[in-house]
Amino acid sequence: MIISIGNTMAHGATSPRPDLIEAEMLPSAVPVQLVDPAGAHTPHDTYQLPAGDGLLDAYRKLVIGRRINDQANALVRQGRMAVYPSSHGQEACQVAAAVVIDRQDWLFPTYRDTVAVITRGVDPLEVLTLLRGDWHSGYDPLEHRVATQATPLATQLLHAVGVAHAAKLKGEDTVVLALCGDGATSEGDFHEALNFAAVFHVPVVFLIQNNEYAISVPLSSQTVAPSLAHKAIGYGMPGERVDGNDLAALLSVLGVAVERAREGGGPSLVEAHTYRMQAHTNADDPSRYRSPDDVEKWIPKDPLSRMRIYLREVKLLDDDGETRIAAEAEEMAATLRDGLNTDPVVDPEDLFNYVFTEKTSQLREQADLLRGELSREQPSEDVTP
Amino acid sequence: MTDTTERVLDNAPASAQPQTLTAQPVTFAKALNAALADAMEADTSVVMFGEDVGALGGVFRITDGLTARFGTDRCFDTPLAEAGIMGMAVGMAMNGMRPVVEMQFDAFAYPAFEQVVSHVAKMPNRTKGKVKLPIVIRIPYAGGIGGVEHHCDSSESYYAHTPGLTVLAPATVRDAYTMLREAIRYPDPVVFLEPKKLYWSKEVLDLAELRETFEASTAAPSIGRAVVARAGTDATLVAYGPSVPTAMAAAAAAAEEGRSLEVIDVRSIVPFDDDTVCASVRKTGRAVVIAEAPGFASVASEIVARIQERCFHSLAAPVRRVTGFDVPYPSPKLEHFFLPSVDRILDTVDELQWEDQA
Repeated sequence: MIISIGNTMAHGATSPRPDLIEAEMLPSAVPVQLVDPAGAHTPHDTYQLPAGDGLLDAYRKLVIGRRINDQANALVRQGRMAVYPSSHGQEACQVAAAVVIDRQDWLFPTYRDTVAVITRGVDPLEVLTLLRGDWHSGYDPLEHRVATQATPLATQLLHAVGVAHAAKLKGEDTVVLALCGDGATSEGDFHEALNFAAVFHVPVVFLIQNNEYAISVPLSSQTVAPSLAHKAIGYGMPGERVDGNDLAALLSVLGVAVERAREGGGPSLVEAHTYRMQAHTNADDPSRYRSPDDVEKWIPKDPLSRMRIYLREVKLLDDDGETRIAAEAEEMAATLRDGLNTDPVVDPEDLFNYVFTEKTSQLREQADLLRGELSREQPSEDVTP
Repeated sequence: MTDTTERVLDNAPASAQPQTLTAQPVTFAKALNAALADAMEADTSVVMFGEDVGALGGVFRITDGLTARFGTDRCFDTPLAEAGIMGMAVGMAMNGMRPVVEMQFDAFAYPAFEQVVSHVAKMPNRTKGKVKLPIVIRIPYAGGIGGVEHHCDSSESYYAHTPGLTVLAPATVRDAYTMLREAIRYPDPVVFLEPKKLYWSKEVLDLAELRETFEASTAAPSIGRAVVARAGTDATLVAYGPSVPTAMAAAAAAAEEGRSLEVIDVRSIVPFDDDTVCASVRKTGRAVVIAEAPGFASVASEIVARIQERCFHSLAAPVRRVTGFDVPYPSPKLEHFFLPSVDRILDTVDELQWEDQA
């Protein structure tokens, strides 16, 4: 009887999740890796390499993703966009997040996850509307099942829980993959989202891209937890950590998490260890808070080079394949350049059109005021030589 | 209809039963409860959640019987976290539901403020209307109940100041029912302010008739529409929510002294009904705006400014305010000094430069 009570205390009726035992909620001792920085396969007891064609397709998206990211950065320098938070170095996380979910699933990205949103299939020009500055969000979240890119940290994680909860209540086969960074794990909404997800047992996979910096503040100033993935057990969900520059490992670990959610196993937390190779945005000055040596250390861990070496080694990729992928990436970059070199047409009336479903009388008055101002300006512009 | 009624009558507690077809005294709280039940009956996408709204039925019993009648999928308790409640409502609305959430008390809604301001209010705008958020945020609000700190705030200005939020404050039992149902059916997010001190006020009503009238029409007759709660000729009292009964009492007292005061019940703070308010002030030439919230940078200030901008040439006296003082909401033994009272309203009316009329 005493033994039975002991078991109950540990995993039984007093635990809200008797099906999960503590050991299964704790992450691996080291981040899961399937392909090392030199491009060699490193076998793992739990996680398997993804199938070759899937891996090759994800690599193709990785190359395109990097090209998009670098092109977007260049367009900021050329004054074609207001700002761009680069994800250079983190593209494997972004591609994996978009690839592991199906059409009926949802993606909840942050402002740094442009590559994930584009990989999901949203028109790049619609995605960059936010950063070009002609509207806050340029794509239809419902059409693509991609939420708007969240700028306030961690707030979107709760929306992800809500979408998943509604899906569960309606009996939909929908998994939600929600992204955030390491800094966001300090926010209250991160805690509330994970707790709500666990309590309501909803199909959400939380993916933290731990790139070691929240603008200038290093992870060591955000938390002294053993890892961010260790936070999962506190909510009663499995946590796992993965090499965030290893596309194969990301696909495998996230694939397992998504499958668990889809099969009714509830939420889980994945921490991807990666690095923000560039500044927070073009307005940032990383020399004030980290040394070039720190960045140098991450160059050999680059997600593209190791996957390229691996795929060539196993004969999934050859010169022709590389050329084709590079051409596709260049084509995407050209599309971006062409699209963003055209000045967007903005309609001042739009200021008032979407505040409410129907304009209030106050907004009608204000729209009239602006329209009047603009109509008075127009003639003088016309006569200017 | 008959089948449904019988089924529900067999299984449900008295509080959530469909109404019988007779007029009877109904409390403000009961009208809200009936509105929630009727809305959930009419539309299966309506879900109600918050803190203690399940088995307990809410600390004010506004959700009484809903879980028993509709099940825990439709009315449920959440972990104790207001941002979580609000953020989850955003996601559920994105995925086709019509969430009604309860913030247990006005001041306990503040943890949810970022979600309200940055997402509930802005998501439809951010997406050019592609994502609608038909969320109702129910907030038991304002004072006059002898509540301790953090239970009596008049927080309407925070919400009214935020573009994208529709802000409603019913003052009558009839409006409590109808306006809540309008809010739930509305395509945009609504902050629904329930004056706590009116929860136990009563009107003789036929709730079934109210339901049938509401469901027979698709209009939203209250949103953006103030009403003349009492007609008068000498001055206009403009009030909303908990201040409406105070204004009505002041008008009744003034009538005994031979002064005819018109009372406007604003009902809809956002959108604001300039036409009804200004028509009254142009007629009477004098106005006093009454609200419990501190007056500085308040909804009352906004109403005064709007009247002054639109009715300047009709005014016989400066537009005045009777509001809470610019102090934190006081302790129970001090609140009667703070709250707008009939006497303070009448004193202010007396100061509206009547001598010039002679």
